[in-house]
Amino acid sequence: MPVVEPFVRTEHCPDLPPPRGQTGIVHWIRVNLFSSPFNAVLTIASLYLVYVTVVPLFTWGVLNADWTSPNNLDRACQSEGGACWSFIIVRFNQFMYGFYPHEARWRVDTAFAILVISLAALMIERVPYKKYIGLFVIVIYPFLAYFLFLGGGVLEEVDTGQWGGLFLTLVLAVVPIAVSLPFGTLLALGRRSEMPIIRSVCICLIELPRGVPLITVLFMSSVVLPLFLPPGTYFDKVLRVLVGMSFFAAAYMAETVRGGLQAIPRGQYEAAQAMGLSYWKMMGLVILPQALKIMIPGIVSSFIGLFKDTTLVVVVGLLDMLNVITAATAHSNWLGTNIEGYVFAAFVYWVFCFSMSRYSIYLEHKLHTSH
Amino acid sequence: MANPDIQPSGASGVSEDAAIQIIGMHKWYGDFHVLKDIDLTVYRGERIVICGPSGSGKSTLIRCINRLEEHQQGQIIVENIELTNDLKGIDAIRREVGMVFQHFNLFPHLTVLENLTLAPIWVRKVAKAEAEEMAMEYLERVKIPEQALKFPGQLSGGQQQRVAIARSLCMNPRIMLFDEPTSALDPEMISEVLDVMVSLAESGMTMLCVTHEMGFARKIANRVMFMDEGEIIEQNEPEEFFNNPKSERTKLFLSQILSH
Repeated sequence: MPVVEPFVRTEHCPDLPPPRGQTGIVHWIRVNLFSSPFNAVLTIASLYLVYVTVVPLFTWGVLNADWTSPNNLDRACQSEGGACWSFIIVRFNQFMYGFYPHEARWRVDTAFAILVISLAALMIERVPYKKYIGLFVIVIYPFLAYFLFLGGGVLEEVDTGQWGGLFLTLVLAVVPIAVSLPFGTLLALGRRSEMPIIRSVCICLIELPRGVPLITVLFMSSVVLPLFLPPGTYFDKVLRVLVGMSFFAAAYMAETVRGGLQAIPRGQYEAAQAMGLSYWKMMGLVILPQALKIMIPGIVSSFIGLFKDTTLVVVVGLLDMLNVITAATAHSNWLGTNIEGYVFAAFVYWVFCFSMSRYSIYLEHKLHTSH
Repeated sequence: MANPDIQPSGASGVSEDAAIQIIGMHKWYGDFHVLKDIDLTVYRGERIVICGPSGSGKSTLIRCINRLEEHQQGQIIVENIELTNDLKGIDAIRREVGMVFQHFNLFPHLTVLENLTLAPIWVRKVAKAEAEEMAMEYLERVKIPEQALKFPGQLSGGQQQRVAIARSLCMNPRIMLFDEPTSALDPEMISEVLDVMVSLAESGMTMLCVTHEMGFARKIANRVMFMDEGEIIEQNEPEEFFNNPKSERTKLFLSQILSH
């Protein structure tokens, strides 16, 4: 039998700094990049790969590139081995607005400026009167934007056939995004309802759009739908596409929301019920705020997906930004500029999607209250 | 029925003094008969401790009282309102009955203060400032006013359960239901929660507690009830119940929980 040696600590052991070489940049490099011979080889190989790809790209895109905006288009971009950004510079306005009349473009700028300022005000914590700003964005802004974009009354009317470029892309993305969240939430709640009729209707509305590709939905809404409508009825093409995309987005959103709802423990529902909260108050005050927090990555993924899916409207003949650029590269003055066009398009899409992604990460951190 | 109801002097049958009356109540989960012929009258100001092995239906019984579970047969009358499918009646009862859960069930996205003021503001339509003032009073009463602006996730289990009790009290309930309030707590935190419950009992609150804290039962209960397999097996005054149990099943249960 081992003898138990009685022990009592009499002095407090002070907190000591960690040994040298356990912190700092050298330590980080050693641990993360050169922790084993294999990792060291990988690190060096990766550095080489970065070197052989980035250097030519930089040379093509910056050093040898042509940034001028020539008056004589025949002279543009004569230099070899460099990107022809003149193409982007000259056509920039068209990529932004499509064929929206020049003198009316301030209306598009105004509408987006108002939206960006209001959203920024909502996102920045210090700004007061958030309730009123939110009400403005939800209730008044859609009508204001509709009026500014389409015109009528004091403003000159602009047919949606002239819409295009990034402007059209943003309209096609923002409207379904804004519509899909509330409708998706309602569909998700309906799918979990105990009332059989509401549940079946919601399941149909979710599963039908989800079961077909977006491109089919777009075809249906623009080509097939008019066949079933009485002759003479005319729906605007952009409107039809917006309705189709909103349906599609709401169906996907519903499943994202349902996933979030299922992650909320039963105890939260029970506590809310025991306190006497009605169904809608329980959902609005207790369940959905928690579920939405869990769902942020999923929601933002759908938003990003939706934003990029707007390029599919080429099949119904709408000229969103990517399609305007593609069309412009076919012009005889700019033959051979596809790469520049696509790089520019990719950059714009990336900036928007990456911003959404960063904001979602920020939001997750802000809402993270359970430690 | 062989249930020896212990009644305050003069009370019998349908009573004005009854806070809760359960008459011939049955409940099934599918084919499983979980509560069998429950008869129980709880008088105003009475404090009842319900014990029994797990799966005996004791939690289900108190969850029927505020309709977190639905009963299929018999009557449940709470504060003179019978529980039926009528939503207004259910809401009225839930306003009068507070409940404390084993796992606290605080709302993690709200601060402690917001947890306390949510129901008063949205159900009782109390003004925000007034609700906050009341919430702070109850936080004083459970001895954690300094935690008001923290989130539940930053508190210890014992503190969370005390917040949960304060949250129920903010609705000014006439009846409090406790569903194993100390079972999820570390041993050193049990007493701080029991202290709050004892002071609540001393203030005259009608309480139904499902708990295995027998010391607590001896101290505050008017009546201790033992349930097994969905039936009320025995109920008595605490002294008699613990010192002189009548039923074999009660004796076996008490010997198991008191042996160590």
